[in-house]
Amino acid sequence: MAINWFKYSAPTTFYGLAGKMIPWFAFSAAILFAIGLYIGFFVAPTDAQQGEFYRIMFIHVPASILSMFLYLIMAGYAALGLIFNTRLSAMMATAIAPTGALFALISLWTGALWGKPMWGTWWLWDARLTSELILLFLYLGFIALHASIDDPRRADRAAALLAIVGSVNVPIIYFSVKWWNTLHQGSTIKFSGTTMHIAMQQAMFTMLAACWLYAIAVVLARVRSIILERERNTTWIADLPEVKQ
Amino acid sequence: MISLDIWMRENPLTYVWFGSYAVALLIFAIEIAMVKHKRKITLQQVRLMRNAGDDARDEGIA
Amino acid sequence: MKKSTMLDLLVLVIRRDLVLAMRRRADVLATLIFFVMVVSLFPLGVGPELDMLRKMAAGVLWVAALLASMLSLGRLFSADYLDGTLEQMMLAPQSLSMLVLGKMTAHWMVSGLPLVLLAPVLGLQFDMSARALGVLIVGLLLGTPILSMVGAIGAALTLGLRGGGVLLSLLVLPLCIPVLIFGTGAVEAVSSGLSVASHLSLLGALLVLALVFTPWVTAQALRISME
Repeated sequence: MAINWFKYSAPTTFYGLAGKMIPWFAFSAAILFAIGLYIGFFVAPTDAQQGEFYRIMFIHVPASILSMFLYLIMAGYAALGLIFNTRLSAMMATAIAPTGALFALISLWTGALWGKPMWGTWWLWDARLTSELILLFLYLGFIALHASIDDPRRADRAAALLAIVGSVNVPIIYFSVKWWNTLHQGSTIKFSGTTMHIAMQQAMFTMLAACWLYAIAVVLARVRSIILERERNTTWIADLPEVKQ
Repeated sequence: MISLDIWMRENPLTYVWFGSYAVALLIFAIEIAMVKHKRKITLQQVRLMRNAGDDARDEGIA
Repeated sequence: MKKSTMLDLLVLVIRRDLVLAMRRRADVLATLIFFVMVVSLFPLGVGPELDMLRKMAAGVLWVAALLASMLSLGRLFSADYLDGTLEQMMLAPQSLSMLVLGKMTAHWMVSGLPLVLLAPVLGLQFDMSARALGVLIVGLLLGTPILSMVGAIGAALTLGLRGGGVLLSLLVLPLCIPVLIFGTGAVEAVSSGLSVASHLSLLGALLVLALVFTPWVTAQALRISME
C-alpha cells in the first residue's frame, strides 16, 4: 500500500494523525523513563571516580543531545516552510522551539549540578556548557522574534530565516568556544576509564529514547493547538467533535 | 555555602535526585501543563468565534 | 551615457548613507560616546589595579564594541523604511544585495571604524602594551565589519517591530560571539606568547564568509519583512 506522504502535509489530515499518535508516544516515553531510571539508579554500579554523582548524566546527556538535534530539526522545518511555502512546516518549527529551549535549560541546570561536586563550582565555562547556553539564547531569540511579529506569515518566515542563520552559526560557535576553552582552562567533563559499564550504557540509551519519545509527543500536541489556532476560520475545524461539543 | 557541600557529599543520591531528576520532571510537568492549557484556551476561542458566527448568521447579519 | 556598474551603485549607496549620517551627526556621536563611557565604567567598577585591568582590557573593549554596534544597527534600515526609500530600493532592477552591501559598508564607516580609531586611546587607559594594542586594533578592524554585517540581518528581520533595539540585540549577540572570542583570543595570545596569526586569520575567514553571505541573506530578510 503506497502511502501518500503529501496527504499528511496538509494541516487537516495531520491534525487527526497527530492526535492518534500522541498517546502511543506518551505512554512509551513514560515506560522507558521508568525503565531508564531503574537501570540508572539501581542496576548501574557506583563510579570509581565520581561516586554517585555521575548518575546525573542519564538526564544531562539526553537533554543536551535533544536540545541540539531539535534545533537542527526546527531549522529544517523552517527551511522547508520557506522554500516550499508549506504552512505545516512553519507550524512544526514553532511547535518545536519551546521544547528545545526547555531541554537546553534542563541540560544547563543538570550540567551545573554535576559541576558542583566535580569541580566545586556551579558554573563551568566548559566548551559544551557554554555552547549550550548560547543555544538557549538562539532558541529564545527565535521564540521572541516569532512572538513580536503580528502577521503570522511574516512571523513564520522571519523566524525561519533566523533559525537557518542560527544553525549555520552553531558549529562556528561550538568550535570557537572549544578553542577559547582550551586556551583558558581546559576543564571538561570526563569519565573514569575508557568504556562505560554496560548498565550505564543501557540506562543512557533508554533515557535518550525516552526523551525523544516525550519530545515527539509534546511537539505533536503543541502543533495541534497551533493548527487549531491558525485554521480556526475553516469549516473542517468547525466540524471537529471537540469544537462542536 | 559550606554546609551544602557537606550535605551534598553525605547524601549524594538525594542531591542527584532532588537536584536534577526532580527538577527535570518538574520542567516536563510544567511543559505538559502548558500544552494542555494552550489547547484548552484555543478550543474555547474557536468555539467562541464559531458561536458568534452562528449567532450572527441566525440574526441575518453574517 | 556611461553605463553604471555594480561598483558605481555601491559607491552611490555608500555616499548617500554617509551624507545622511553626517546630517544626523548627533546619533553617530552618541554611539561613540556610549562606547567610551562603557569602557570607562569598568575600571570604576572593578578598581584601578593595573594588572587586573590589563587582563580585562581586550574583553572590555570588545564587549563595548559589540554593545555600541547593537545600538547603531537599529538605524541601518529604519530611516529608509519610514520614508519609503527602502521600498523603492527593493523595486529597483539593481541587485538588492549590492544595495545592502553598500548600506552595511556605510554603517561600518560611521560606527565601526570610529571605534577602531578610538580603541588605542582607551587601551592606554587599561595600560595595554603596544603589541597588544596593535593586535587589538587589527582584530577590531577585521571584526567590526562582521558585526555590522551580521547585525544587518537582525536589523532587517526586526524592521518596524515594537521590540526594536532590544530584540535586535537578543537576536544578533549570540551570533557575534565567535568574533568576540577570536578578537580577544588574539590579544591573549600576545601575552601568552602563542600564535596571534591563527586567531586573526580566523577572523579574516569569518569576514570573508560574512562578505559573501550576509548581503544576500539580509536582502531575503528585507523581502520577508516588507511583504
